[in-house]
Amino acid sequence: MSAQALNRDLYRTVYLIRRAEEAIKENYLDDEMKTPMHMSMGAEAIAAGVCQALDRHDPVLGTYRSHGLYLAKTGESDRFFAEMYGRDTGMAQGKAGSMHLSAPEEGLIGTSAIVASNIPVALGAAFSHKQRNTGRVTAVFFGDGAIDEGVFWESLNSASLMKLPVLFVCEDNGYAVHIPAEQRHGYSDIAEVVSRFDCGVHRSESTDAEVIYTLTRDALADMSATGRPQFLHLKYYRYLEHVGVFEDFKAGYRPRDAFEPWLERDPVKVQREKVVGLLGEEAVAALEAEIDQQVAKSLEFAKQSPFPARSAVVEDVLA
Amino acid sequence: MTTTRQITYREALSEAMAQEMRRDPSVFVYGIDVADHKRIFGSSNGLVEEFGDQRCFSTPLSEDAMTGFGLGAALTGMRPVHVHMRVDFMLLAMNQIVNMLSSHYYGSGGTTPVPMVIRAVVGRGWGQSFQHNKTLHSWLAHIPGLKVVTPSTPRDAKGMLVSAIRDDNPVIFIEHRWFYDAVGEVPEGDGAEPLNGCRVLRPGKDITIVATSWMTVEALQAADVLARRGITAEVIDARTIAPFDVSEVVTSVQKSGHCIVVDNDWVHCGFGAEVAAQVYDHCYGSLKSPVTRLGFVPAPCPCTRPLENAFYTGATEIIRCVEEKLGLDQSDLSGENFFSYENKFKGPF
Ligand SMILES: Cc1ncc(C[n+]2csc(CCOP(=O)(O)OP(=O)(O)O)c2C)c(N)n1
Repeated sequence: MSAQALNRDLYRTVYLIRRAEEAIKENYLDDEMKTPMHMSMGAEAIAAGVCQALDRHDPVLGTYRSHGLYLAKTGESDRFFAEMYGRDTGMAQGKAGSMHLSAPEEGLIGTSAIVASNIPVALGAAFSHKQRNTGRVTAVFFGDGAIDEGVFWESLNSASLMKLPVLFVCEDNGYAVHIPAEQRHGYSDIAEVVSRFDCGVHRSESTDAEVIYTLTRDALADMSATGRPQFLHLKYYRYLEHVGVFEDFKAGYRPRDAFEPWLERDPVKVQREKVVGLLGEEAVAALEAEIDQQVAKSLEFAKQSPFPARSAVVEDVLA
Repeated sequence: MTTTRQITYREALSEAMAQEMRRDPSVFVYGIDVADHKRIFGSSNGLVEEFGDQRCFSTPLSEDAMTGFGLGAALTGMRPVHVHMRVDFMLLAMNQIVNMLSSHYYGSGGTTPVPMVIRAVVGRGWGQSFQHNKTLHSWLAHIPGLKVVTPSTPRDAKGMLVSAIRDDNPVIFIEHRWFYDAVGEVPEGDGAEPLNGCRVLRPGKDITIVATSWMTVEALQAADVLARRGITAEVIDARTIAPFDVSEVVTSVQKSGHCIVVDNDWVHCGFGAEVAAQVYDHCYGSLKSPVTRLGFVPAPCPCTRPLENAFYTGATEIIRCVEEKLGLDQSDLSGENFFSYENKFKGPF
């Protein structure tokens, strides 16, 4: 893939995620999206870079903070917004909402609002693909809070032991809700600890989607050469409050100063500058206009869509 | 005479813990986010300030380990209060709760009790959906060795938490989040309430409505509407799910001859079935209609509002059920404005 095409794709994804979440911010106060929003803002480069490096149909799993992951995986926003608005045309008829997005046909096989609970699920998916020799890699996204949980360590151990094709993607924003990692971790460097397992480790603090992409490719190369699972430790800054659409510096648990350097290398800005250099301002503006229009249309589609019929509440409980 | 004043449910919870922490240095409060600036929706306000970070602290996201930790502390002289922002997160600790805490005293031949409280919050509304809305009191009440309570008034929130902390057994203390803003009379002093028995919230003679947790509010609203038609419903807050004492319910049903159990939970294999069975045992001859159970629709809780509304039962369903039992026409409820969580619930009850 040419550098132009790659970076254009990456920009399309980071811009789509940002634009979609800005649309959520703009409309949330209308009170029509009745679902708790855990925003991806600030983390766009991770979902974009990792998903770009994976095969389109490789299974991925995520958390309640998966707007970015869903949009990176699917590129679509109609069913995304319809789900936020709780409509029948949403990806789960409004039954899932923001915290439980999925798109199995595109590989996003599940997201969970119980911290760390999808990490072992990734092991099973990886095992299934390994057994069937499909060559697929399973990626699971989780925060630095998830690594507090025992199931993370059980899964890391088992994946290392069983040599499962799992890509652990730790999106580290330094906080679990409001509690900083230093108050939760009895070690200072997770990547160093994980490296003691039979697992490849890669780390980055970059907000450049291309850097994340390249890092992921390296991890996948290690995986195919050695059969080992891989752990990506990726730092980012969560722009907004833990849940909700506002900034929360006033709460006092993290200083605004810490935000500034991250904002200077905002993932959308970084990628934009790069693609302007590669493709020119005009082409980038055209791409943005196209995505703006996609999001505007999706919002309209969502708002016009009907709610599910009352009877749907008991449908699909059992297969 | 003890003086009372009006405080909120959340203040009652903080007050109970502070009071017991003052009284007994072995009491401590811990859990994920307990000591951050939001303090579990304000229900653990003031504790860090007064007692310091050794007696009120946030933990890593490690529910399972932190429950075992509580057990260890309880076995060696402490009285831990472990807090979970949702009942659903407590599920990660089920091994400790069900295999370890519940049976420890029994397995020690009655030598080592487990004085531990686990507070867990029930979520509802605003698209909480299926991983943030569970109640599970029936599930837990099934396990011998655990006490399970679901206080529904500020007075019980304080008094039952005080007693739970003093109790020598593991007590699962289930709080519905919608109660937090409810205001009610709470005694200023000790205020301990027993961890057994129901509470009659509203006397009546025509029908008995046994309700748990938030469903008490729905039942009281239904009773208001029914009262305008001259029907008096006796509303009983089950409040202690385990051990459950049915005697107040029996007295009421013997008088009314009709019983509805409105559970803030799924119906199948639930608390309502237990109450119904016990009512049949004791009131077989005086029943004029079969015991009816109401509760959540048998599905995971959906996110979208119209389906969420369909998922939960409430005052309307209770009224319809009473009308059917008493052979009355359906009253027009179109003008009724039952509680919606868009308006914070204010009480008093
Ligand atoms: C098992 C469990 N415990 C607690 C919670 C409450 N909770 C929701 S998100 C969260 C913090 C998670 O932090 P992290 O994994 O770093 O992810 P982030 O929110 O930063 O993306 C907590 C404690 C939960 N959802 N599940």
